[in-house]
Amino acid sequence: MISLAGRDIMHAWGKFVFTGMGLGLLIGVTLSMAGIYRGMVDDAKALLDNSGADLWVVQKDTLGPYAEPSSIYDDTWRAIRGMPGVARTANVTYLTMQVRQGDRDVRTMVTGVTAGESGTPGWPPYLVAGRQITRGHYEAVADIATKFKLGDRLQIRRNHYTVVGLTRRMVSSGGDPMVFIPLKDAQEAQFLKDNDAIHQQRRRTAANPSFNRPQVPGLLDSVIASQSTNPYVNAVLVQIEPGHSPDLVAESIRRWKRLTVYTRSQMEEILVGKLIATSAKQIAMFLVILSVVSSAIVAFIIYTLTLGKIREIAVLKLIGTKNRTIVGLIMQQSIALGLIGFVVGKITATLLMAPIFPKYVLLEPLDSVIGFVAVVVICILASIIAIRAALKVDPAEAIGG
Amino acid sequence: MLAKGIRIEGLKKRYGSGDTAVDALRGVDMQVDPGEVVGLVGPSGSGKSTLLKCLGAVIEPTAGRMILGDTTIYDNGWKVNDLRALRRDKIGFIFQAPYLIPFLDVTDNVALLPMLAGVANGEARQRARELFQALDVEHRAKAMPSQLSGGEQQRVAIARGLINRPPVILADEPTAPLDSTRALAVIRILNDMARKFETAIIIVTHDEKIIPTFKRIYHIRDGVTYEEAGEGRAFE
Repeated sequence: MISLAGRDIMHAWGKFVFTGMGLGLLIGVTLSMAGIYRGMVDDAKALLDNSGADLWVVQKDTLGPYAEPSSIYDDTWRAIRGMPGVARTANVTYLTMQVRQGDRDVRTMVTGVTAGESGTPGWPPYLVAGRQITRGHYEAVADIATKFKLGDRLQIRRNHYTVVGLTRRMVSSGGDPMVFIPLKDAQEAQFLKDNDAIHQQRRRTAANPSFNRPQVPGLLDSVIASQSTNPYVNAVLVQIEPGHSPDLVAESIRRWKRLTVYTRSQMEEILVGKLIATSAKQIAMFLVILSVVSSAIVAFIIYTLTLGKIREIAVLKLIGTKNRTIVGLIMQQSIALGLIGFVVGKITATLLMAPIFPKYVLLEPLDSVIGFVAVVVICILASIIAIRAALKVDPAEAIGG
Repeated sequence: MLAKGIRIEGLKKRYGSGDTAVDALRGVDMQVDPGEVVGLVGPSGSGKSTLLKCLGAVIEPTAGRMILGDTTIYDNGWKVNDLRALRRDKIGFIFQAPYLIPFLDVTDNVALLPMLAGVANGEARQRARELFQALDVEHRAKAMPSQLSGGEQQRVAIARGLINRPPVILADEPTAPLDSTRALAVIRILNDMARKFETAIIIVTHDEKIIPTFKRIYHIRDGVTYEEAGEGRAFE
């Protein structure tokens, strides 16, 4: 049997292919949107994976350190380290800011990590170039997405840092590349004020009779000294000993230290379910809108193509063609249009959009499969209007009169 | 009693009902023998197209009887279940314009009909080639319809009407778009094919050029037919 749909497509293949390419660009955007969502989730998971922590100990009743601000004293780690089931602890600070390098600045998440060795919680788990931080001050390890190079001099607040190592896929939940610096520097960076502000603060403190009491020598100096140091960190990262349950250790810390503790699954839920939830909903809405627009476009194209064949369809019906043959003609064309669109869309998303998109776009094979099935289903549904129009064609139209 | 051809008796068709009812056919009698070509002529609104649609099983008559070959297909109601199969297997159509499927080449346009009836691809194409030889278009077998002249397109349309060897062919003003030379050529071909394949052909026309070629003519006026002997003028 002759493939009517195939012959019709081949007869006007240029028009068909160009229409499919137009649809493909739309499908490409749709696949990219799905990829952006996957990328956001992957960024969030990468942040958790790369921290090397099993538990996050944060300020009580906060969703810190990523979804909300959290401050705990920087000696809290000692008390946690001594609890049963805890193998290692490390302070950590996170500060999202613009880091200057020469004439340019890059939005990064500056992470303060404690001195230690590779494998310490919070440290970048691997490097692609250079070495880890070995000095207590003014060294940095940067993600290659920052486009910093080994030996570059970075400016964070008033201090300068030398890039001694480069790492990869170390990003914040928002996709900003990370720059690791020593914890003390990071604590200082979080609260360090400019000279004028420090001068103002000292003057105000000296003017306060509660702090400047002549009968208590040294009080003013002590207060000023306490104001110029930062004893806080954002969180304590905890690695637990093998064989211990993270939930039980977390419960123990909550009970005895009166701090909020999150396990890996809870932190993942916070990042994915709360931190990127609004973005995810926006992307979901875009996906729905794009799907509806794609359906409307396919329906319109197929309907227009069918209307252009009304006379031929009337002749086919008059000479005895079965309805299923006519339905097959329209539906096969609709699916073929979708297939061309999907191939073009997949190529567009993979080769054009993903590499140049400023955020990480993760195109998963399963999403492509789901996208393919969705395109086929949409094309079948979109052809229904055209099929109804074709089945209503009266074969008598071919005779006239 | 004829073994083939078509006979209709007292065929009526009423559109609408009540005060707005219109009787398009008021009791048409007609008989066309195998191998015979008859003309059906009449002014606009006389019922020609309605009669053609009834004969083609496209619309249902209101009353009467239609016998196709030795099968009664209508007797105050359809006597066959599958009208599409009836049209496909027993009735050939030739239209005012060729109405070839533009995305199929000449061979596929013609071979499609037997394929729809379940005939194997090879056999369908062989039948088409035989008809192309008879109609002198075998050199255009691979061409697309848009590459054919008007006369060639009409000959391909005739081949499509004949391919399933139907006992009757209904031609709706097949010479309307053609000049007199081509029109007479088409009528000659139809006469040749009618004789060769023992097919009864009814040609609806107002074309004065071809009316003298019919041996029998049915005039239709106000839904009633009148039979008249034609000139049966020989083709030059």
